[in-house]
Amino acid sequence: MEETLTHTEARVDETARRPVTIPGFGRPLKNEEMVINMGPQHPSTHGVLRLELVVDGEIVVDVIPHIGYLHRCFEKHAEAMVNYQQVIPYADRMDYVGAMNNELGYAVACEKLLKIKVPERVEYIRVIMAELQRIASHLIAVGTYGLDIGAFTPFLYCFRDRERILDIFEQTCGARLLYNYIWIGGLSHDIPASFVEKVKDFCRIFRPNIKELNDLLSYNKIFVERTANVGVLPGDVAINYSASGPVLRGSGVKWDLRKNDPYSIYDRFDFEIPIGTGKMGTVGDCWDRYMVRVHEMEQSLNIIEQAIDKIPPGDVQSAVPKRIRPDTSEVYVRTETPKGELGYYIMADGSTSPFRVKVRPPTFVNLSILPAISRGAMIADVVAILGSIDIVLGEVDR
Amino acid sequence: MIPQEISDALKAKFGDAILEVKSDGVFDPWAKVAPDRIKDVCLFMRDDEALQFDSLMCLSGVDYTGGKLGVVYHLHSTKKDHKFTLKVDVTVENPHCQSVESVWKTANWHEREAFDMIGIVFDGHPDLRRILLPDDWEGHPLRKDYQVPEYYQGMKVPY
Repeated sequence: MEETLTHTEARVDETARRPVTIPGFGRPLKNEEMVINMGPQHPSTHGVLRLELVVDGEIVVDVIPHIGYLHRCFEKHAEAMVNYQQVIPYADRMDYVGAMNNELGYAVACEKLLKIKVPERVEYIRVIMAELQRIASHLIAVGTYGLDIGAFTPFLYCFRDRERILDIFEQTCGARLLYNYIWIGGLSHDIPASFVEKVKDFCRIFRPNIKELNDLLSYNKIFVERTANVGVLPGDVAINYSASGPVLRGSGVKWDLRKNDPYSIYDRFDFEIPIGTGKMGTVGDCWDRYMVRVHEMEQSLNIIEQAIDKIPPGDVQSAVPKRIRPDTSEVYVRTETPKGELGYYIMADGSTSPFRVKVRPPTFVNLSILPAISRGAMIADVVAILGSIDIVLGEVDR
Repeated sequence: MIPQEISDALKAKFGDAILEVKSDGVFDPWAKVAPDRIKDVCLFMRDDEALQFDSLMCLSGVDYTGGKLGVVYHLHSTKKDHKFTLKVDVTVENPHCQSVESVWKTANWHEREAFDMIGIVFDGHPDLRRILLPDDWEGHPLRKDYQVPEYYQGMKVPY
C-alpha cells in the first residue's frame, strides 16, 4: 500500500518550525499563537501606550506593555534644571487631569523637608481644591470608561459636570488644567469672593447627578455584562503589586492614605472609604473598580461640604519661603491622588535644587498589574480592564 | 514596631550583611544592606510574623556621584502599619544588586526603571529591559555625569 503524508505533515517546512521569540514574553511562540499590536495610537489606550498582545485565537495569552512614548524627563529636569519652586509646573504635567493633587504631594514633601507649618486657611483651601480635583479626575475616568465600553452619552454628562469644577479653578488661579496653584508653604492666589458660593452651588447641583450617572451607566445591563467578573484582581495580589487608589480598594482592601496615613488636615474630616464588594460579580473585578470611583465622588463632596464653611481668615502667602535651601536630608512622602498613592522621594544636598527627585507614580505601578489580570481574557476585555485601571500616560512616563 | 526594633531584628538575623543603621535625625530611618544579601533580607522582612512588610512603596535608583550608585527601598506593612527604608550601595564599575522581584511583584517595573535610568543591574530579574527609553538608547540619563547625545541613530538632536 502506498504511503502518503497526512495533511499537516505535508505542509510543515523547516522555516515554519523556527521558534519566534519576542522580548518580554518568556518562551518561544507556539504555532497557534499570534502577536497583535494595540497602540500606540489607539483610542482605548487613553494616550500613547503600546500593548503587544500574544493571543491564541480570541484568548489573550499575555500582554506586554511598552511605555515611555510620553517620557519628558521630569526627574532630570527637577535635578539638573530648576530649583525647588520651579518643579511645581513640571509636577502639574505628570497627571494632567489631576494636577492639584500632584502639586499638593510635592508641596507636602518639601514642607516636611523644610519643617514649615502652613497656615490653616491654606490647609482648608488645599483640601477643597484637592477634592474638587479628585471629582474632576474621577469624572474623566468614569466618562471615558463608558466610552471604552461603547456608551457615549455618560461621557458628555461627566464632562458637563467637570466643566463646573474647571470654571471654579479658572476663577481662582486663571488656569483650567495646569494650575501652578499650590506652592511650597502656601498658594499662588487667595480664593475669590464668590468661591464659597460657587463651590456650594456645585455640591448642590452635582449630588443628584451622581444618581443620574448610576441610572445611565453603572447599573446598565450592557455595561455590567462587559465589566462584572472581568479582570479580577484579588486583594493579596494587589498588595504584592503595591496597587493603590481605586484599583486596590476595588479589590476589597480598605486602604486610603487620607485615613491610614493622614497628611494635611484630612484627619479632621468625617468620610467613608468605599471598597469593592462584588455586588455584580466577583470582588476586584472591573465593575468594582469603576464603582469605587463613583462612591468616592460622593465622599469627596462630603469632605468639601465639611470644609467649605470652616475656611479661616488669613494670608495664604505668609509662610511661603523666599529662598529654599533645605539641609542635607531625604524624605519620602506619599499622598492619595485620584489614581492612588503618589510618592515623592526627595534628596536634598543643601543647594537650591533637589539632588534627587524620584516619583512613585500610582498609575505606573497600577499599569504593571495589567498583564497579570489580562491573561486568559478576551481581546475586547483587555480594553475594559485597561480602562478600569484608569491610567494617565503623562504620569506613567513622566 | 518602632524603627529601632526593626533594625535590631535585622541585625540579630543577618549580622554582617547589615552594614549601617541610622534612625536618629532622619525623616525615614534606614539600614544599609550588602548588595548580595538584599533579597534574603527582603524575604525575611516580608515573611517574618512581627515585621510583615507586605508592600514595597517605592524603589529608587540614585547616583551619589563619585562612582557610587545606590538603590533605596521604601517598605511599608499594611498589616502592622509601620515603615522602614533599606539602602544598597554599589559602584559604577560593578553595578550589580540582587533583584527583589520574586519578593514583591511591584519591583519588576521599578527595577527596570532603575536599570534604564541609573544603570543598576539587578541579578535574577526575569525581564531586565529598558522601560522608558528606546531599547537602543546609549547611556543612563539620570547619572550625574550623563552627557546629552548630539546624535540619535544618525539624526541630529535639535537643541
